Amino acid sequence: MFEFCEDPSTLDSLRWFSCYLTNGVHMQFYGSFIKVLALLAITAPVALAFGFAGAMAARSRVAPVAWFGKGYIAIVRGVPDIAFFLFFVIALDQAFEYIRHRVLCPDWTDPIRQGSDFLVCQQAKLPLGSSPEWVHETYGFFLAVITFSIVFGAFAANVLYGGMRAVPRAQMETAEAYGMTRRQTFWRIVVPQMWVYALPGLSNLWMVLIKATPLLFLLGIEDIVYWARELGSTKTARFSDYPHGDWRMWYFLGLLVFYLAMTRVSEVVLERLMVRLTHGQATTGGEAQRKAVAA
Amino acid sequence: MKTLILGTAALALTAGLAFAAGHEKTVRMGTEGAYAPYNFINDSGELAGFEIDLGNELCARAELTCEWVKNDWDSIIPNLVSANYDTIMAGMSITAERDEVIDFTQDYFPPTASAYVAAADNADWETGVIAAQTATIQAAHIAEGGATLVEFATPEETVAAVRNGEADAVFADRDYLAPLVEESGGALVFVGPDVPLGGGVGMGLRESDGELKDKFNAAITAMKEDGSLNELLVKWFGEGVQTY
Amino acid sequence: MSCWQTIQDYGLRSLGYGERLLPRTDFTLCEHFVLIGSGMIWNIYFGIAALLMGFFLATALAVAKMSPRALIRKPAEWFIFLFRGSPLFIQFFFAYFFFLSLKGSYPIFDPFTSAWLGALLVLFFNTAAYSGEIFYGALRSIPKGDVEAADAYGLTGWPRFKRIVWPTMLRLAWPAYTNEAIFLFHATALVFFSSFPAWQQRGDALYYANYFADKTFNPFVPYPILAFYFILFTLVIVFVFGLINKRLNRHLPQTEQRKLKIRPNLIR
Repeated sequence: MFEFCEDPSTLDSLRWFSCYLTNGVHMQFYGSFIKVLALLAITAPVALAFGFAGAMAARSRVAPVAWFGKGYIAIVRGVPDIAFFLFFVIALDQAFEYIRHRVLCPDWTDPIRQGSDFLVCQQAKLPLGSSPEWVHETYGFFLAVITFSIVFGAFAANVLYGGMRAVPRAQMETAEAYGMTRRQTFWRIVVPQMWVYALPGLSNLWMVLIKATPLLFLLGIEDIVYWARELGSTKTARFSDYPHGDWRMWYFLGLLVFYLAMTRVSEVVLERLMVRLTHGQATTGGEAQRKAVAA
Repeated sequence: MKTLILGTAALALTAGLAFAAGHEKTVRMGTEGAYAPYNFINDSGELAGFEIDLGNELCARAELTCEWVKNDWDSIIPNLVSANYDTIMAGMSITAERDEVIDFTQDYFPPTASAYVAAADNADWETGVIAAQTATIQAAHIAEGGATLVEFATPEETVAAVRNGEADAVFADRDYLAPLVEESGGALVFVGPDVPLGGGVGMGLRESDGELKDKFNAAITAMKEDGSLNELLVKWFGEGVQTY
Repeated sequence: MSCWQTIQDYGLRSLGYGERLLPRTDFTLCEHFVLIGSGMIWNIYFGIAALLMGFFLATALAVAKMSPRALIRKPAEWFIFLFRGSPLFIQFFFAYFFFLSLKGSYPIFDPFTSAWLGALLVLFFNTAAYSGEIFYGALRSIPKGDVEAADAYGLTGWPRFKRIVWPTMLRLAWPAYTNEAIFLFHATALVFFSSFPAWQQRGDALYYANYFADKTFNPFVPYPILAFYFILFTLVIVFVFGLINKRLNRHLPQTEQRKLKIRPNLIR
């Protein structure tokens, strides 16, 4: 980064740190913050979509669909996320490749499982063997997003299911009186109103999602915790120009500050969102807003 | 930790495939990146170490295009058999139980000695508290002996446990401990005897990948014969290292 | 070896009883189930102990957060923010470091670096912070009429809190508190996973599942078994908390006794 970084062992501590904190491996550390934020930004809406689908399935009048929805919610919520992450990514990857294998290579005669090996035909590999490294990286990221979304989708489904049921009965009866169909009632009455009931639960879910990111390294993402551990561990002069002792404490302190800041910012934003959503709703909060304006 | 970048490469090399490997096929090499001097991440954030140098040289000799992939140690074998990469070079000792699930090339590092490191010469390594990394051959060895085993998730923590007095000694690969002892300025010392564990370090491959294994075996043999493997060993492990 | 024999050998392995060496070859399904189940003892211990202790601290924190006096309110607010705002993973890390350095100066802290006490303390504070926030929310939504009625009866201070405010708070908070219990239980899996060291191969369910996954190189057997155990005990929690909920609302007419709705309100 700086010219004087040629031989760090001769530097005074201020310059030493300015070199140390800007070397390549630290750049990757800083990059991982962006990676985590990007993953959060992508996972949140995807998980919400999974949750919405799950909640709709659980509400379905077709029994098998309802069972599927309820089963999804109950099973995924009953398992600690960490246990789920430890085997699910490989399972997901194998499932994708298996399906592609069945579709793309119908003539394949060799067994897919040979001993402990899992082998599909070459065209079915994800990503293809000839793909450049960034495709593999992106695919890994994609798998992590899907896995996170499935887990948090189950929680979101549960919250949204509750939110849908919390919409006052009278609202739906009114809609029926206007001659709306069940589908119309759902999309025009229930969906716009359910958010205010679901938001407290969803806010908490978002907070949980933030705090689940240290588990990302189980999913094959080199996240901030991975790098903090790597950078903080003892470095000897033989393998590094910046030898130091066990500094994990300081790196984790940095992470602590990051997480607390994320939590604080989220709290403020969600508070504002709640005020917006409450506007004009048939809840005590909405009532209070009306009174405040009138007064 | 694991860069679970899922890919294949070199599937064309697997047995049972009709068409031969094209030049565009990349052999993906899995490693851990946290076990200096075998493999680690250097100051510029790239993989480096004995195995990285060796792997690149082997690939050049076997005329393969290779690419390194980082993966968490715990899932390094499941991801290999699931064909997310094609080889493992991660300081992995050849053991009978691993050999049941995957194949190994001949060793490229002579059978390794494991050693005890403590904070003082008189530390009780026989019946005291011994730190080891969870689920390593060292942990298994201590569990069978008379000492009290305490397991930590990373090698870093096992050494830290000795420094802060949680454990009387740490038991790990001698080559991992040597640089730490050297630079500790006397705070850490080797105690007790070296214990030969494992059957040397080799490259792990899928059992169905016979052709790739043959290529690497040939390249390793060539490097052993012309002495270039020994040069690499000395470069990364110092003069005292056992050579071929 | 029969499965009964395995149960005798490894059923209490996580506590240090029975066979000293873990199985090393020819792993049977029975061994998977028995050892992982044996590890569950620790998860249950952490879950129950942290929850019981956390309950009382949580009540205190909620009341303190309601306090008009900043000297009482601020520490409670900060405590809750700190423990709710950071990942449990990082809390474990710092706790372990902190206890280690305390231990260096005061031998009385010796047991704190062991999971049974150190990790329990972290889980206790953690659940207290989460439950404290739940209880605080419930305190704020206690119907005004209830409190006014208590005033009219001349109830003040401790009797008013014990007989009116506290029971109402519990009734309101119970669904969310049930979730907290579930999530605390799930969080116990983190204890030995890169946080506290495992002594003599005595660990929790995840530790043994990890052991099998590492020995068999097949993650598809041990982790689903682990998941099975957790689902089982989650159902037990839901059942027990449902019973308590029924008792809390026993004064209400049958039709108004709403069934306990499980909504993940305040979780990690």
